[in-house]
Amino acid sequence: MGIYSAGVDVGSTQTKAVVLGADRRMVGRALIDTGANVVVAAENAFRAALADAGLAEGDVGWVVGTGYGRYRVTFGDSQVTEISCHARGAAHMFPTTRSVLDMGGQDTKAILVNERGEVLDFCMNDKCAAGTGRFLGAAAAALDIPLGELGPTALRAERPVKISTTCTVFAESEVLAWLGRGKKIEDILMGVHHSIATRSVALLRRVGVVNEITFTGGVTRNRAMVAVLEKMLATSLNVSEDSHFMGALGASLVAMDHLEGRHAATATAGGR
Amino acid sequence: MFRQWFAELGQAAEAGAPAAYVFVMGSLAEILRAFDIHMVFPEITSLQMAVRGVAHDYLKEAEDYGYSPDICGYVKADVALQLRGGEHPMGRVPRPSLAVLTNACNTYIKWAEIWERMYHIPVFTLDVPGTRTAGGQTWPGNPDFETDRRYVEHQLRELIVLCETITSRKLDIDRLREVMHHTNEMSRCWREVIRLNNNVPAPFNALTDGTVYLGVINALRGTPEGAAYFRDLLEEVRYKVDHGLGPVAEERFRLVYLGIPCYPIFRRFNDLFTGSGGNFVNSTYLWFAAGGANCGFEYDLSRPLESLAEGLLVAVRDAMDSMFFPVESLVAMADPYHVDGLVFHASKSCRTTATGMADARRAFMAARDLPTLFIESDMMDRRVVSEAQLKNRVDAFFENLVTRRRQDLTER
Repeated sequence: MGIYSAGVDVGSTQTKAVVLGADRRMVGRALIDTGANVVVAAENAFRAALADAGLAEGDVGWVVGTGYGRYRVTFGDSQVTEISCHARGAAHMFPTTRSVLDMGGQDTKAILVNERGEVLDFCMNDKCAAGTGRFLGAAAAALDIPLGELGPTALRAERPVKISTTCTVFAESEVLAWLGRGKKIEDILMGVHHSIATRSVALLRRVGVVNEITFTGGVTRNRAMVAVLEKMLATSLNVSEDSHFMGALGASLVAMDHLEGRHAATATAGGR
Repeated sequence: MFRQWFAELGQAAEAGAPAAYVFVMGSLAEILRAFDIHMVFPEITSLQMAVRGVAHDYLKEAEDYGYSPDICGYVKADVALQLRGGEHPMGRVPRPSLAVLTNACNTYIKWAEIWERMYHIPVFTLDVPGTRTAGGQTWPGNPDFETDRRYVEHQLRELIVLCETITSRKLDIDRLREVMHHTNEMSRCWREVIRLNNNVPAPFNALTDGTVYLGVINALRGTPEGAAYFRDLLEEVRYKVDHGLGPVAEERFRLVYLGIPCYPIFRRFNDLFTGSGGNFVNSTYLWFAAGGANCGFEYDLSRPLESLAEGLLVAVRDAMDSMFFPVESLVAMADPYHVDGLVFHASKSCRTTATGMADARRAFMAARDLPTLFIESDMMDRRVVSEAQLKNRVDAFFENLVTRRRQDLTER
């Protein structure tokens, strides 16, 4: 059996894979768009992470699938929710983490963790995608700006507008309305960031804001969002270049527990 | 029994027999049965539509008619049913001769106004004074209770006059006693059935089996058939306890359910929990949707009207308090039922049951170090039920339960 472990996080927008060494350091990782075929996305992300690590499939002894598509990771040995995985990954990367805010493409979650990275409580947005990365995507589409430019543009804001809608569908029309009233793009975008951050902070408050807070998920790459959240929470956030991989990292850590013969929280989640 | 009950309602509709539209939290079945007035429970008819997968047709029809998507799903399904002349998947309900309700749910009052406008019928609203001690019951003998009892009894006498007018019959007090006797037996058995679920393994699932029992306790309240059903049920539950039988192969986690079930995916919703070895051993639904029958209050048949007023005060107050002040009763239940976790289910279109859940959860977590899960969907509207999101949350909840179990074993 291989001595490496892997985690594959199949999200609604992107699929992430991490390969972990026995010393619990990341040796390979990959990020691809999920697309329409979830099974293929999981396989491709896993292969890309293996290639990044210079390893073969046989070198990996246990694979954990996580994210919405966790049960479509057909080669996975067990499945764990991304709630547990983000908590585990965050506590591994930033050991003094007590709260985790994960902002993904489809949902945002606030997680309270203990010193072992175990979930004490969690709270997520409801079926509506307001307050998630999707909301940013809608604004980017309305303003015809690449996602990667959203943060830098918003940071140039001088007089942010107040976005009153929290509905992702209505966001586009409100953005266009502000444009029609002659507002600057950067001020509108900062308003969008404020709107999302407000909902996310509300989620955090529902489980209790306990320092230190680690910010995870795809939106962590948006510097404006980090800045707005830090201002609202009046504290600095733990953010890493690898924050996007936190779910996959957590999954690979759970997989490593299996390899080491330790019991992880996979037992009830359909472990095979 | 339910098929028979629905068939009798259909026959009443054909015959144009008098019928009352009533609700589960304080149906006043004893008085109505004493006059042989058929009872239609719109809440039960509506939820049956959701369980049978046709609720969306009714909801859409009511929304096309002009009702907002945010209004109680039970109400909208009933509005569409009325627009269809009482037709529903299980048959047909009779037109109402009157509506009888309590103030246990504020939507009841607006709901009955719809029938009042549609059918120009009398609406009898029993005003049950709230408890004077937050979260605590007062009982016969308490001075405040006696004042409130007189107030309720006076209203019951007004209802009797109304029923006498509708049926052109005088109240037969011995018939009322007979109905109350059957209710007594049902309440006595129901309380014991719920209590026996503190055994390990629990003999029944409070969410799925419990909902079936609730249907009987409401629809057949005060009947000999209802009393016989609960006698048999108690015997069955005792047998299961004696033989260690339960609804899941291995009861790994004992859970409590708060709120109304997710009827659009009723069985699959439950499977999310039982699939990981979870079993609901108790539920606030068994309390408030039984109209407080869980209290096991028994009427004193020597003074029927006085005692009926007492029973209503005890039962309806308990039904209201179990929604608004559930913390103390939940804490008192957690230990004897050997509970591992609580599941709070907020129904989007039921503000009566969902409002306050966040506070109740927070207060319970401050009182007991037990995991809780807060999920949202709806009791009628499948448009706001996301199975993938529900599964994600439920799986994470069980991962937490497993972790805790492992820690407990390590610490021992």
